[in-house]
Amino acid sequence: MSRLTAKFDALRADSRKALVPYIVAGDPDVASTLPLMHKLVEQGADILEIGVPFSDPMAEGPVIQLAHERALVHAVSLNGILELVAEFRTKDQDTPVVLMGYANPVERMGYDQFAERAGKAGIDGVLIVDMPPEEAEPLNESLAKHQLDNIFLLAPTTTDERIAKVAGLAGGYLYCVSLKGVTGAGNIDVDQVQTLMNRIKAHTDLPVTVGFGIKNAETATRVAICCDGVVVGSALVESVANAHKNGADVLEATTLIRDIRHALDAISG
Amino acid sequence: MSKAVDYASFPDKRGHFGPYGGRFVSETLMCALDELEAAYERLKNDKDFQAEFDQDLAQYVGRPSPLYFAERWTRETGGADIYLKREDLNHTGAHKVNNTIGQALLAKYMGKKRIIAETGAGQHGVASATVAARLGMSCHVFMGEEDVHRQALNVYRMKLLGAEVIPVKSGSRTLKDAMNEAMRDWVTNVDDTFYIIGTVAGPHPYPQLVRDFQSIIGREARAQCLDQTGRLPDALVACVGGGSNAIGLFHPFLNDESVEMYGVEAGGHGVETGQHAAPLSAGTPGVLHGNRTYLMQDDNGQIIHTHSVSAGLDYPGVGPEHSWLKDIGRAKYVSVNDDEALDAFRELTLVEGIMPALESSHALAYAKKLAVELGKGKSIIINLSGRGDKDIHTVAQIDGIQLT
Repeated sequence: MSRLTAKFDALRADSRKALVPYIVAGDPDVASTLPLMHKLVEQGADILEIGVPFSDPMAEGPVIQLAHERALVHAVSLNGILELVAEFRTKDQDTPVVLMGYANPVERMGYDQFAERAGKAGIDGVLIVDMPPEEAEPLNESLAKHQLDNIFLLAPTTTDERIAKVAGLAGGYLYCVSLKGVTGAGNIDVDQVQTLMNRIKAHTDLPVTVGFGIKNAETATRVAICCDGVVVGSALVESVANAHKNGADVLEATTLIRDIRHALDAISG
Repeated sequence: MSKAVDYASFPDKRGHFGPYGGRFVSETLMCALDELEAAYERLKNDKDFQAEFDQDLAQYVGRPSPLYFAERWTRETGGADIYLKREDLNHTGAHKVNNTIGQALLAKYMGKKRIIAETGAGQHGVASATVAARLGMSCHVFMGEEDVHRQALNVYRMKLLGAEVIPVKSGSRTLKDAMNEAMRDWVTNVDDTFYIIGTVAGPHPYPQLVRDFQSIIGREARAQCLDQTGRLPDALVACVGGGSNAIGLFHPFLNDESVEMYGVEAGGHGVETGQHAAPLSAGTPGVLHGNRTYLMQDDNGQIIHTHSVSAGLDYPGVGPEHSWLKDIGRAKYVSVNDDEALDAFRELTLVEGIMPALESSHALAYAKKLAVELGKGKSIIINLSGRGDKDIHTVAQIDGIQLT
């Protein structure tokens, strides 16, 4: 059983919600990423989404765009990230790690080589933002050889017909985009998320996490009620960036995740 | 090259030209692209839509544009007969308007009220603002902050046309970043907004529909050439940034096997220096802005900075159909440096009294060499894709002259 499936099964058995923080590898600097990953687990993260920086992050709002730019200043590469995760795995064999990024760095490495190396590094899933199922078949074949899950997005604009199709190809979990917009966007509409979740759940038993616009414990709990887990990206990335800018300990900036963990656990069970 | 290829049958249903093209966007946009594709499939054979498009091209753009025999330049060059397809004479001064007219009509038929566009040099932004003004739609144009400074005249022109110009401060602050930002806006306002992409790139169906709207260039040129010379040309030459003017000229000739095609990329300071914008000449395939195509990228798959004296060619990707035509050998792609393009700009201005855009000057510079190679008795059509008024500040600056 994959680490992702095992994790969601365990959470479900405990009636708990998955907490999935997102950080960009190499942001604010290369040395911080590994300690941040361990710290996030310590604060209560169930799954880690690690952003692979790209020069043209089309789906990101300003906060995560800047994180990609900061990471690229340090020349962080997909190669380097695979090594980083391998190092993470020497101490943590339980927490699933998902790489989230854009198609081109993976294309450049080659699907087979990427899948083989990602599998060896202990990566569990891959979410390529700009690779919808229609284009994903060749990558899926490579990922399947190394037991990696391809995690797809669902959006408020996704039709029922597409939900069924996407769910059929997805593994691990589905990532539901809460709103029409970019990461870190303003107003999450919980009723709209609920409507979308109902449509998704009618087509699949896969776990569904919700992301985009979850900023704090309050938004996280409101959204978590109707899904299996929440992704916290921009709010965490901004908090880390601010700590770094102010010369504070970036590891302490993860208290946001601890707060959300407590709030989520308070509503579960 | 296989002779069995019917070029008119590409792209395939999923928008692929061989391994290129496709639809690499985030999930939120997939339905908008499906909607656009369905609308286009319905309207491209709709008599009312086509009649309105044709009438706009005739009465608003001023088509057909002439095919002009550059007799004096031909004589001075001493080679093949050189013909210029005068897209510079279109309303707004370039070929760009053919496409913005078409896409704005699509927007109108689809009931969209708000237009967005990206622009580099500002020509596509001006062409979009122009059609939006005419149709009474709101228009937001995304433009890299660097380009906003470099192209102040076009920025003001867009504002006069009622458009809002939004400076883009992310990434390299140029055309590619403007396109990223336009995509972000579209994701956010997908219900009421139509994104007018300015070139034959982007996710399917854009490369197809932009090509179809621009193909009026080649259809006219083909008929005019047969009419004026009694036969097809031996070669076509066009500059390639994203490649919309080139595909517009090439496409109607693709099944004419005897006609050679040359796409001219921006060699900048020289392809060997790395400071250029010539992905087909010196790049590798990858995925950017919704399609798979040749890109300028590093070993890690990051898009790298481009350089060209011509802002309209300063783009790290290229339309996917060009990538395919390169691989199968139907068209050849070459490059011309900044200096050679500037020489051609000056030469055509002096010899023919036609001031070309710096983009088009790349095609002129290559065609001059080709004319000598082909020799007398042969003929070449160059797409004179735009006029050079917008570049006077750039050229003056290179000459050390300060214009007020």
